[in-house]
Amino acid sequence: MSAVAQNPSMPESDAEEAVGRFDNPALMRRRRREEVRFQAYGLIAIALSFSFLVILFGTIITNGWTAFFQTSIELPIKFDAAEIDPEGTRNPRVLAQANYQKLAYQALYEKLGLENPTRQQRRAANELLSRDMDTQLRRMVEADPSIIGTTQSVWGLASGNIDALVKGKIDRKVPQENRQVSDLQIEWIDKLTASGAMQKQFNTGLFTNFASSQPETAGLAVALIGSLYMMLIVVLLSVPFGVAAAIYLEEFAPKNRITDIIEVNINNLAAVPSIVFGLLGLAVFINFAGLPRSASLVGGLVLTLMTLPTIIIATRAAITAVPPSIREAALGIGASKVQTVFHHVLPLSLPGIITGTIIGLVQAIGETAPLLMIGMVAFVVEAPQTPLDPATALPVQIYMWATEAERGFVEKTAGATIVLLGIIAVMSIFAMILRKRYERKW
Amino acid sequence: MVDFSIEPGDLDHSFAASASPAGQQAPSYKVTARNVSVFYGEKQALFNVGIDILDRSVTAFIGPSGCGKSTFLRCFNRMNDTIAGARVTGEILVQGKDIYAPDVDPVQVRARVGMVFQKPNPFPKTIFENIAYGPRIHGLARSKADLEEIVVKSLQRAGLFNEVKDRLDGEGTGLSGGQQQRLCIARAIAVSPEVILMDEPCSALDPIATAKIEELIDELRENYCIVIVTHNMQQAARVSQRTAFFHLGYLVEEDTTDQIFMNPKDKRTQDYITGRFG
Repeated sequence: MSAVAQNPSMPESDAEEAVGRFDNPALMRRRRREEVRFQAYGLIAIALSFSFLVILFGTIITNGWTAFFQTSIELPIKFDAAEIDPEGTRNPRVLAQANYQKLAYQALYEKLGLENPTRQQRRAANELLSRDMDTQLRRMVEADPSIIGTTQSVWGLASGNIDALVKGKIDRKVPQENRQVSDLQIEWIDKLTASGAMQKQFNTGLFTNFASSQPETAGLAVALIGSLYMMLIVVLLSVPFGVAAAIYLEEFAPKNRITDIIEVNINNLAAVPSIVFGLLGLAVFINFAGLPRSASLVGGLVLTLMTLPTIIIATRAAITAVPPSIREAALGIGASKVQTVFHHVLPLSLPGIITGTIIGLVQAIGETAPLLMIGMVAFVVEAPQTPLDPATALPVQIYMWATEAERGFVEKTAGATIVLLGIIAVMSIFAMILRKRYERKW
Repeated sequence: MVDFSIEPGDLDHSFAASASPAGQQAPSYKVTARNVSVFYGEKQALFNVGIDILDRSVTAFIGPSGCGKSTFLRCFNRMNDTIAGARVTGEILVQGKDIYAPDVDPVQVRARVGMVFQKPNPFPKTIFENIAYGPRIHGLARSKADLEEIVVKSLQRAGLFNEVKDRLDGEGTGLSGGQQQRLCIARAIAVSPEVILMDEPCSALDPIATAKIEELIDELRENYCIVIVTHNMQQAARVSQRTAFFHLGYLVEEDTTDQIFMNPKDKRTQDYITGRFG
């Protein structure tokens, strides 16, 4: 019809034919059905991936959030001079070797009102407390020896099983024979909870404790320090080298066979499985260069090798996205090639470079396999002072905890995963903010 | 291979009579090209072109697409050097000095020979920074006040100052297309070039903006040697004093603009002017 209106001179028969061609109802229905179907596929795909995401985060968070709280017991600890330092020398050696665990147990018996506990009662009571109480008390004495001879109120950690029961992970209704916590212990727990001497407190130990075989005192400190060292090394090495390489390849290198081969190989490098980089690190950095095993320096170097191609590719893409007219403009008023690149091209490609770099870092911080190859899967009980000291990394710590059998470590695994995901989320948000801030349109 | 370029001697006479009213001095050539050929890889894009370009006048290069006019223009500030595989032979003298001599720094050449491009391409910076950038990298301003003076003068010369004087720290890319192009012209003249090359400066602009640019070109002629490439013949006729017609990589004819448009010597020029091809 419209064809007729537009072309009044058109012969009648031709116009009708045109109407038949463009207004075919069967054709139109089919076209609309196709559109609806395609949109439905898209919606289904999005709904599916979103629900998977919800399930994933749901399980991790429901399993893991309790890891941020730990059941603690308030105990009036008598730092008995006769027990700790009978000769009164205050010799650090003597102080370090005293039986602090015994002090904790005695304070607990008193708290529970056991005058002359039987052996059975003692054993049941001892199981309430973490076996790492001695470390906590020893550190207190070492920090301030003047507390010897006084009584201090100390919040000590409950053992892993008691913590699990308080958090409802051990079912009270299960018969006593099949339960890891006895009826007597449950009675004590209820009594302590009612008096306020047993509480769930925020678990700073998750972030400050080192490796431990007891789930209640195991923490992420070594992994956090190790990951931090590695990220610093990756940023310091891969950003300058990666950006420089990308600028050279994109702006200065002649286009010939050699640069083509280099380009292809950089792209291939990005697809190399990470475990291969681990083997490379083992062969080159540890066996050949003689760097120490399990050190975050080696981990950082391996992750740098892994991150470099990502950063080079992202930077090159960001540089190519700068319109050539900007380069012409700068060259046209007599800026040199280097001035053009550093005054104009690089600032304009900065958002892309930052995004690429952070994507590379996020990849690196979540990488596990190569770190296993270079021995970063270690039981480290003290803070790594330098990148040359043995350390672990966050994902490796998750892997190590996941392989532990005890109930408390399941919670720890999920808790550590939340920490890792949180760090990655913060990095991604940071990338987004930076990109928004420096983004330009032309 | 036929050389269609016109020897400088052929033109001196006719030119002196038409362009210089006093007719006493010999015309001063700002740019002289001899035997210029350009190759892109194996392909030759320009064949032995020679031309003399007068100071303080506008010379237009016209011709159909792909005729080599832009390629030739880009020889004058060694912009072709930035294209991989491009090779230029022959010599081009700017102010008597061969800019392709081995001891010449192409970056210096580009400061002496400014360029305005087809699409307005201000830097995504402030208006002030757009113009201050050139003087700054060439050390033309000794103080901040100097720099401000250069910026204001350049904007005034480009006829843009009154429109932007209240927003010098606004984005250069926020201006309208015509204003952006005048900003680019201001940016080019801020480094006091000897020659200004314009590569189809109005092809991305509307008629009103085009008229303003043309007016500006006419004013700038008082002080600069301007070479403009255009595929708009009316524009060539309006703004230029001399016109060169290019075809298939050859310079076919070069003469006063009146002569080219009223009485072309070559058949191809005539065909192009009358719209028979191109």
